[in-house]
Amino acid sequence: MFTVPSLSDLNLAATLPATLLALGASVLLVLDLFVPKGRKALTAWLALAVLGVSLIVALLSLGDVVDLGTGEGAFFGLYIADSFTDAVSVIVLVTAMLGVAVAYNYLERTGMQRGEYYVLLLFSALGAMLMGAAGDLVTVFVALELLSIPLYILSGFRWRDEGSEESALKYFILGAFASGFLVYGIALIYGATGTTAFGGIWAATRDLLAADAATKYVLLLGAGMVLAGLGFKVAAVPFHMWTPDVYQGAPTSVVAYMSVAAKVGGFAALVRVLAWGLPDFVLSGQSAAAWQSTVWLIAALTMILGNVVAVAQNNLKRLLAYSSIAHAGYILIAVAAMGTAGVANEAARAVVIYLMAYAFTNVGAFAVIVAVERDDGGHTDIDNVRGLAKEQPVLAASMAVFMLSLAGVPLTAGFVGKWFVFKAGLAADLVPVTVIGVLTSAISAYYYLRVIWFMYFEEGEGKAQIAWPLAWGISVAAIGTLILGFFPYLLSDMARGIALAFGG
Amino acid sequence: MIPLWMYLVVAAGLFVIGMFGVLSRRNAIAILMGIELMLNAVNVNLVAFWRYQTPTKLSGQAFAAFVFAVAAAEAAVGLALIIGIYRRKRSVIADDVNLLKW
Repeated sequence: MFTVPSLSDLNLAATLPATLLALGASVLLVLDLFVPKGRKALTAWLALAVLGVSLIVALLSLGDVVDLGTGEGAFFGLYIADSFTDAVSVIVLVTAMLGVAVAYNYLERTGMQRGEYYVLLLFSALGAMLMGAAGDLVTVFVALELLSIPLYILSGFRWRDEGSEESALKYFILGAFASGFLVYGIALIYGATGTTAFGGIWAATRDLLAADAATKYVLLLGAGMVLAGLGFKVAAVPFHMWTPDVYQGAPTSVVAYMSVAAKVGGFAALVRVLAWGLPDFVLSGQSAAAWQSTVWLIAALTMILGNVVAVAQNNLKRLLAYSSIAHAGYILIAVAAMGTAGVANEAARAVVIYLMAYAFTNVGAFAVIVAVERDDGGHTDIDNVRGLAKEQPVLAASMAVFMLSLAGVPLTAGFVGKWFVFKAGLAADLVPVTVIGVLTSAISAYYYLRVIWFMYFEEGEGKAQIAWPLAWGISVAAIGTLILGFFPYLLSDMARGIALAFGG
Repeated sequence: MIPLWMYLVVAAGLFVIGMFGVLSRRNAIAILMGIELMLNAVNVNLVAFWRYQTPTKLSGQAFAAFVFAVAAAEAAVGLALIIGIYRRKRSVIADDVNLLKW
């Protein structure tokens, strides 16, 4: 019944960025045992090196235009190596490198310096990469857990602190609850279509609809539960409750990384499931995919709630948590747009462009909070950045760049991301939700500009501690945000090759 | 032979019981048990679907094995977090660890 596959059937070469990262992380886990306690800088450097090598390999194949139909499958279609995979890998790896740079000094001065931090970060980055590379629901599930479980541990990394411990437990319980929904949904999709591979699901959906079988409601329920499970990961509105608490309680360096990595992973999987597995899942009497209306409703709620509640926040970490909820809403516009036939590729590109812009901006913004934060984890209120511009002009200027980019002001990366997302929304005729997006970004300008106002025009003793890896991370993020804003074609070039050819 | 829908009803029942456990229990260990119950409901579903829909392809069974492994990893991390909190607070009641509000 079985034939044992040969190594060449697995097509390992196509999975090189992920395989290298997996190997590197595993080796680092062992190597770290031999690194003496005071010299964990070595572990951090090795982690950076592993990420760097993987990034170079991913960049080398970024320019290739490979669509899913001809894209190289590996591990019998469990892993797909196409442009989307490469783009997601690049975003995740850049985020992880910035995450290491931001973390090193912070861990040192707060007494949390342990090698496991970097290893866990590498493993969760691998999980996020694999979610972009998933060609099968099994991969989505395992990658989601590989992304999440290290993040649960990292949130509790300041284990002497009650807030951190509690945020870890809360994140864990709600996360495991959500993955229960996800995997139940996957089981239902498997039951309705008889396969877990996206190509097979796509093909089976057509037969199912042609036969007009009642099974299509099983598929509908399954798709809904998968949407709920992934919606939790990206902090979309009915499933967002964990976000502010976890972001506030977890160590700030972890939040800097996780706020982006979890979102990238979640959206990558959503794009794969919805645009590849279920694009033709159109119930009778409708013109767009069955999930489209649900997704845009979630998008609208997410943008409204995130932006309105963020206005009332005084803690910077909580403010950015609600802002990250709002940004999930903007990206969901593009996800909803994928439901209209013919717009899917453009919308998938918009998702990737937005995530790239968001990665630089959000890691940077949290990195500035890392600099402002005291060793005991306090001092993260908006009052604590009063007068920062006088004490730390460069830091304040970078923070201003990040805030403007999050608000979507032209000539920053955030504007480019919003531009493409809204364009995709309009192309798919989702006018109401796009208008809500534009209006809520106007609201968001208030609370982002408030931070800038506090830094520049209020008196206070804004203090910050910056060591060189952190300064390096913040500068890269700020320069990246500006470069992507000034030269938007860098982003659109990166995403150009993404074509989710349906079927496969 | 027992029809497929009976398995599905059992699985759905298990899932809902697990969900109820997560939402209603105050003991963190009991919440964890609820989560395990939800994942096991999925396994019943997967294996039943495999047996009735695609008995010649192993993907359903293989998926169930993945779910086991992940459930074990999740339980290990969850119990470690709960033990950490127990050491400090001498309590595993979820309400007692509520510094941060919803």
